[in-house]
Amino acid sequence: MSFDFALIGDSIPKILMGIGLTFQLLVLSAVLGLALAIVLLLMRISGRWYLAAPTMVYIYIFRGTPILVQIFIIYYGLPQLEFVRDSIFWPILREAFGCAILALTLNTGAYVSEILRGGVLGVDRGLKEAGAALGLSATHRFIYITSPIAIRLALPAYSNDVISLMKSTALASTITLLDMMGIARTIVAETYAPYEIFISVMVIYLIITWIIQRSFGWMEKRMSRHVRSEA
Amino acid sequence: MSDSDQTNIIELENVDKFFGGFQALKNISLTVKKGERVVVCGPSGSGKSTLIRCINRLEEHSSGKIVVNGHELTSAVKDIDAVRSEVGMVFQSFNLFPHLTVVKNLMLAPRLVRKSSKSEAHDMAMKYLERVKIPEQADKYPSQLSGGQQQRVAIARALCMNPLVMLFDEPTSALDPEMISEVLDVMVDLAEEGMTMIVVTHEMGFARKVADLVVFMDQGEIVESNPPTTFFEAPASERTKLFLSQILTH
Repeated sequence: MSFDFALIGDSIPKILMGIGLTFQLLVLSAVLGLALAIVLLLMRISGRWYLAAPTMVYIYIFRGTPILVQIFIIYYGLPQLEFVRDSIFWPILREAFGCAILALTLNTGAYVSEILRGGVLGVDRGLKEAGAALGLSATHRFIYITSPIAIRLALPAYSNDVISLMKSTALASTITLLDMMGIARTIVAETYAPYEIFISVMVIYLIITWIIQRSFGWMEKRMSRHVRSEA
Repeated sequence: MSDSDQTNIIELENVDKFFGGFQALKNISLTVKKGERVVVCGPSGSGKSTLIRCINRLEEHSSGKIVVNGHELTSAVKDIDAVRSEVGMVFQSFNLFPHLTVVKNLMLAPRLVRKSSKSEAHDMAMKYLERVKIPEQADKYPSQLSGGQQQRVAIARALCMNPLVMLFDEPTSALDPEMISEVLDVMVDLAEEGMTMIVVTHEMGFARKVADLVVFMDQGEIVESNPPTTFFEAPASERTKLFLSQILTH
């Protein structure tokens, strides 16, 4: 078979028209997912079973099922319910974009809360004791001692999750959204040239991944200044 | 204030501590008056660390009574943070906050607990860094310091809260030999200035030099507690004699 480079040149600008939507999906669900993850984490480590147990069930469900299924249930399933259509959330859930954001947020929130919990558990107990011995309240210890150290510990795993989330945004194309993947699929339907088009879109995703990796690498380095010893 | 003598900073009465089925402290009674220096020694696993960790409630005692500066420590004690802020503690593993510079390690608790202004906290931090003789390290991170320097920072950090009493939990055990004396020197200075101290240590030279009372523990019990001259010259118990012969023959 022949490989049509001209077609790649033509389609990349078209695919890039979807990059704005890809970034909207990524940034919005990353920010909302992080907020959700923090709430889940605080419930999980609260030491109260009636707060911790629901989060464990929630995390199990959202980590244990394919995100594609979650997207379909939210997009095709929720509108069947009358109380959803009557609720104040309907303007959001009526739109494919709102459904995609909701699904990605709920999914990444489950993963990120576990990543953050790993960071919190990794903080040396002696440091928390030192804070306690100085008379710091539990809240102050969490904000000024546990959190900064836990964030540094969680950063490498978190950067993995952001990359994974970025790739998951492509699934939004299955519910009519014209993100980069949605546009690519449209072009393939018109040109019957899946090879060229999907390789083009792959290259663009790779470049975005590289940018995310480099940004997190820079952040890790900045946050590790204290670990670098001069001795 | 309780009915106790006001000069008693710490009182323990018949304190027991269990970890599951293991009894770490057996019927411990000890009183420390203002300005007193108590050295606690004994073999590992004898309960000496558990004892001082109960005094600022890093461990909760199982039964008996602990009174710190007139506040009895119970599960109902509302302001354990306030009690702890009056009790300085120095740990074997330093436990400096690795993400903060030395001076910020010292400023954190005064800022948050005492509500000191930034400049007040900074001035106090520098004052105590000078006392432990490392003001030039103020802007470094703990990982850039030697073990001896880190432990001196940890002492300065506790002093910044103006504690009524200082607890030392084997402060020199994690140090390389050549760094032990720089830390002990700081502790001797503190003792000579009249600080009330409880020190868990195997440094018997330090005990002879500054202790008012040497407490020997074994298997969770206080076997013997005497002034250093009696303790070292005429130990009463066989277990004390055995322990001293083991650590002093080297």
